[in-house]
Amino acid sequence: MEIYFDNAATTKIIPEVREIMLKTMDVEYGNPSSMHLKGVGAEKYIRYAKNAISKQLKCEPKEITFTSGGTEANNLALIGIALANKRAGNHIITTSIEHASVYNPVLYLEELGFRITFLNVREDGKVDLEHLKESLCEDTILVSTMAVNNEIGTIEPIEEVAKIIKGYNKNILYHVDAIQAFGKQIIYPKRIGIDALSISGHKIHGPKGSGALFVDSRVKIKPILYGGGQEKGLRSGTENTAAIAGIGKACEEMYLHLDENRDKMNQVKQVLIDGATQIEGVTDNSGEAPHIASLSFRGVRSEVLLHALEEKGIYVSAGSACSSNHPAISGVLKAIGLEKELLESTLRFSFCEYNTVEEAEYTVQALNELLPMLRRFTRK
Amino acid sequence: MEYKAFLIKYAEIGTKGKNRYMFEDVLCKQIKEHVARLGEFVIRREYGRVFLEAESAYDYEDLIAELQKVFGIVGICPIVVEEVVEFEAIKNKAIAYMKECYGNKELTFKVNARRTNKAFPMQSMEINGEIGHHLLEECPNLKVDVHHPDIMLNIEVRNQVYIYSQIIKGAGGLPVGTNGKAMLLLSGGIDSPVAGYMISKRGVELEAVYFNAPPYTSERAKQKVIDLARIVSGYSGTIRLHIVNFTDIQLAIYEKCPHEELTIIMRRYMMKIAEELAKQNKCQALITGESIGQVASQTMQSLACTNEVCTIPVFRPCVGMDKQEIVDISEQIDTYETSILPYEDCCTIFVAKHPVTKPILEIIKRSEEKLADVIDELMEKAMDSIEVVEAKIEDLTK
Repeated sequence: MEIYFDNAATTKIIPEVREIMLKTMDVEYGNPSSMHLKGVGAEKYIRYAKNAISKQLKCEPKEITFTSGGTEANNLALIGIALANKRAGNHIITTSIEHASVYNPVLYLEELGFRITFLNVREDGKVDLEHLKESLCEDTILVSTMAVNNEIGTIEPIEEVAKIIKGYNKNILYHVDAIQAFGKQIIYPKRIGIDALSISGHKIHGPKGSGALFVDSRVKIKPILYGGGQEKGLRSGTENTAAIAGIGKACEEMYLHLDENRDKMNQVKQVLIDGATQIEGVTDNSGEAPHIASLSFRGVRSEVLLHALEEKGIYVSAGSACSSNHPAISGVLKAIGLEKELLESTLRFSFCEYNTVEEAEYTVQALNELLPMLRRFTRK
Repeated sequence: MEYKAFLIKYAEIGTKGKNRYMFEDVLCKQIKEHVARLGEFVIRREYGRVFLEAESAYDYEDLIAELQKVFGIVGICPIVVEEVVEFEAIKNKAIAYMKECYGNKELTFKVNARRTNKAFPMQSMEINGEIGHHLLEECPNLKVDVHHPDIMLNIEVRNQVYIYSQIIKGAGGLPVGTNGKAMLLLSGGIDSPVAGYMISKRGVELEAVYFNAPPYTSERAKQKVIDLARIVSGYSGTIRLHIVNFTDIQLAIYEKCPHEELTIIMRRYMMKIAEELAKQNKCQALITGESIGQVASQTMQSLACTNEVCTIPVFRPCVGMDKQEIVDISEQIDTYETSILPYEDCCTIFVAKHPVTKPILEIIKRSEEKLADVIDELMEKAMDSIEVVEAKIEDLTK
């Protein structure tokens, strides 16, 4: 039995996506910039994908720029907006639990001379809005927060954040890393007051190497790649037609069955959490997102349990990296006040609509077998 | 300069009396295997020397790098070939060769001609004189020094003419296959691949054993060991890697024996399994990467304790080396980068905070008695569950 519970890391490609991608490789392989028919044929796929995504975000197709993935979308949003708006101020606000693809570009901006505030996170895993209010100042040009936390699945209060920012000064720009949220919930950035929003294809059954950034057409942003001027100059480089068609199709499919998918994932999640927390010394850290569960297993190292589950065909990820190799322990687990002993004993189980309740039950059973065995061998 | 042939120099093989031909045979076979994927080459043995001749296009840098991995070769001399066996042609080629190799550098030289083709009208001494004379005229930067020349210009007149002067250093040692076979305990660290390399350099074929402890060690840790075996096999030839599932033995020791003795007892059982495997696979010795005093399990007392279970010789080529010296070799043989990959096993829960550093054999043996009722069965199970991987250098990138 193979159970893939690591869908927040990446997902498998669905047949619909594979099919459209193959078409762009076998038949419509032209360069979308070419003037001839082969180019026009390829360009159609890019228009299709822009329409598919903009329809779900309720924005204009021209407000979508395709990138090589979520990391590039975040980099483009942060660096591109900061550099284009530096005359308006040099203060940027983000949170202490962002993904590395937000955190590290922000550190780079700090090196360039921007002042950065990292917002505290409350014990429920949500950004501290009071801290946000205190931090906003006349120098603030950009705020970036995530929509769904990738480690524990907290749904962050992006609407409130937007209200506070825009209430303070409507010119402050708001970027949302929606990579774990897109395809799993509805987000209409323009209605909320979000100026830029990053998404990724491979978290929603699209291909790796596909991503997109929504940027409101009124926002000033500079490219971070220079070249042939594709994507209205914002993202040079021959369009990756296969990846773009793939993310477009994946988006369409996800939203076609959104409610159904959410129900399925919630069910699986609930069965797993209910079953696992029956076992002594297992605690639940999960947020509200239907596709992510975070569980702590007292007295067992996450890596050992991960490999033991792997032997039973169950694939999950460590809630935080092994401290012997990576000194940085998960920001969000610390932020929610998880005791030190549990930081290295936490696993993330993440789901997609193809997971089943039976798989969750099998996993609970596996945990019931493994935990007593592994707990016999804790460090003396 | 285009080199079409190479003179392969070897040292110790020459001193092995009647065994010499056997050694040469093995060396030629080794060279042939190493260069096979780089092009078409012919290996010829003449007058106690080995020549490698290119029969197709090849990449010079790749070929030299490959030849430098063949144990038994002490030097590689790239040869320029002149096919016209006439003095004028030889002279021109020699001058062009010297100009290209040494430019305008102020150097001394000596011509060393050898004539095996007796149809050529000039004698060796005459060739020396004439070529030297022309070189002095053509290259004002060169001077003759017949006692301690910077450059020894060799000219061999055969059915064609070989011109060479440079010697590129080879790996040394003895050709693999001339000194039996040994079982290497490969851990994934820095030392054991170096130990395998060093013993293999003395002509020894290698097999290897790795002790896997899932789920306490990961698939990546195992892959890393396979990759290390593949890199070492670039020198030693194919290594049969035996992967032993050691988890149950480790857990039994952990549960039943004093925690601070765990590592030493564990190592004793590893040695026992390795020796058993060695015997099954016709290996005459074991090899480990141990170095005196490096860690608690490698103090003199610990080594003595570990060694006590073995009846066949255990070679520890790193035993007297400092860590940095071992690192230097691992960098040179290209195992370092792989060895330091951070897929360190999660065995940390098994490591005692204060392991014994001066174990006493009697006490260790008494502790082992606590395993008496389970150990035979566990050992048998471990031996039965062995997975064998043929580690070959060409699979490294797969």
